[in-house]
Amino acid sequence: MSEELLRLENVCIDYKVRDGYLSAVKDVSFHINRSEIFAIVGESGCGKSTVAHSIMRLLGKNAKVTGSILFNGRDLQALSDKEITGVRGHDIGMIFQNPLDSLNPVYTTGNQVNEAIMLDGVDKLEGWKKVIELYKDIKMPDPEKRARAFPHEMSGGMRQRVMIAMMLSRNPALLIADEPTTALDVTIEAQILEIISQLKREFHTAIMLITHNFGLVAEVADRVAIMYAGELVEEGNVYEVFAHPVHPYTRLLMAALPRQTKREGRLQTIDGTVPRLTESKPGCRFANRCPLAKEICFDQDPPVRRLSGTHSFQCFFAEEVE
Amino acid sequence: MNASPFREFLRSCYKNLNFIVGFIMLLSVILTAAFAPKIAPYYFEGGNPNAKFTSPCPEYILGTDNMGRDLFSRIVYGTRITLKVALIGGTIQLFLGVVVGLFCGFYGGVVDRFMLFFADLTWCVPGMVMALAVVTVIGSNLTNAIIAIALVNWASMARTVRAKTMSLKNMAFIETGVAFGESNLALMFRYILPNIVPALIVMVSMSLPGTIMSTTTLSFLGVGSQPPSPDWGLMVSDGIKYITKAPWLAIYPGLALVYTVLSFTILGEGLRDLLDPRMKSLG
Repeated sequence: MSEELLRLENVCIDYKVRDGYLSAVKDVSFHINRSEIFAIVGESGCGKSTVAHSIMRLLGKNAKVTGSILFNGRDLQALSDKEITGVRGHDIGMIFQNPLDSLNPVYTTGNQVNEAIMLDGVDKLEGWKKVIELYKDIKMPDPEKRARAFPHEMSGGMRQRVMIAMMLSRNPALLIADEPTTALDVTIEAQILEIISQLKREFHTAIMLITHNFGLVAEVADRVAIMYAGELVEEGNVYEVFAHPVHPYTRLLMAALPRQTKREGRLQTIDGTVPRLTESKPGCRFANRCPLAKEICFDQDPPVRRLSGTHSFQCFFAEEVE
Repeated sequence: MNASPFREFLRSCYKNLNFIVGFIMLLSVILTAAFAPKIAPYYFEGGNPNAKFTSPCPEYILGTDNMGRDLFSRIVYGTRITLKVALIGGTIQLFLGVVVGLFCGFYGGVVDRFMLFFADLTWCVPGMVMALAVVTVIGSNLTNAIIAIALVNWASMARTVRAKTMSLKNMAFIETGVAFGESNLALMFRYILPNIVPALIVMVSMSLPGTIMSTTTLSFLGVGSQPPSPDWGLMVSDGIKYITKAPWLAIYPGLALVYTVLSFTILGEGLRDLLDPRMKSLG
């Protein structure tokens, strides 16, 4: 049943900067199955958005991507510009972090969604009917009227729903949601999440959810990957990862979450900051902040180790602490 | 919240005095051109040889010229030429400016550098000198004069479009378009272009007076419209010869020109107030 849809194999992404290359993503490998929600969690600047953009080939010219990105067995890196344009929207949709700027200010939202539908050769009137249907699917209040509204007449949550409708309109097999709720408040967030999990149930869309919010992951995701400074440090089934976080970074991250049950005053933090990685030297990138770090961590890349068939991590010593 | 944006726009138009005045002035010019044969009492050619240099009188409202042609009728027919200049010249500039500006701004790179260099070159040479050179090469008539002026003026339009394109192409909604698989052409003409239309309208209405003046100047200098065309520039330059004997020959066509140019300028001012993105929040 779990058919593989997307597979990233040893993907490295380097940004060209003034003094050489900045290694934004290093050796990331994971896969996403059909109709599952795969979450990537990590702090700001850890490369999660970069990974998402690289799948759609949306990165700028200063980014160098190596490794393979296979979608349905096709190498997305090898496609021509014309072919990748066909993949975008049709096979893979993407919604962005900031719904406030993501819509064209001069068209009504319905027209914009219709524009996406018409890319598949549907005529305008029929497209409009589909727009109204989509607006109903995404629980837009008063769809007929909202479709005729301009983006600036809508709230952030509505605009994000329009974005989802737009990406949904062409039935992509994979929807990449890049921090879809970061700019929204908590109640709207819940509604958007509900729509996302409904997508998975009703349309069997696979969703790659990028977020820094563990609560969100626990709520909707099937599998989760944790990224730190461009490396995938731990990956696995949501229940396993949450019940038994192994990698020291994951543990510290979980410990840093505010919990209702534990009223101990101050929140826990992780000391130190994310290193800036201009040179590609071996070694674990978390080593300088890691409580378990030993000499070897600074000199060698940690191995990928499996805890179970669905749970793996990258560390030398992780299972030693309990 | 539900008031249609168009009606809201109309309402703000009523309040803008510049827009109203300019619009009415321009409308009068357009109507004059459209109904020239109905308005003008005589045809612009073939005057009355017995009525040369008649000063303004009830029969010839604005007097007659050296060939006995009714000045008022000639000015009325001349409106058509002036509007033709504005229409054709404006269209050429707009087309070149938009296409070149969009492509340069969107793709950047070598082509952009080259076009910029070319645009800068046209700015180095005084426009009128360059237009004269162009007309000398391709021949003296009205159409060539319009083309020459447009070739001189398109660069500033292209520059503005290019700058707007560059700032718009990195906006999130363009990325949205890319993400659902729009082609580059669609991005340029369906995403970016509609967003710069207000600026374009203002630019065109502000540049038209210049276009009209420059083309008229070419006619005045004898390298634009050729006699017996009722071109205002030509009429002024003819009239200057008889400035002491029949001053109305130079003055009235000049006034007509001023009126037309003013109508565009005032309308442009009004439109700028109405459409300027800084004064209105989109999104």
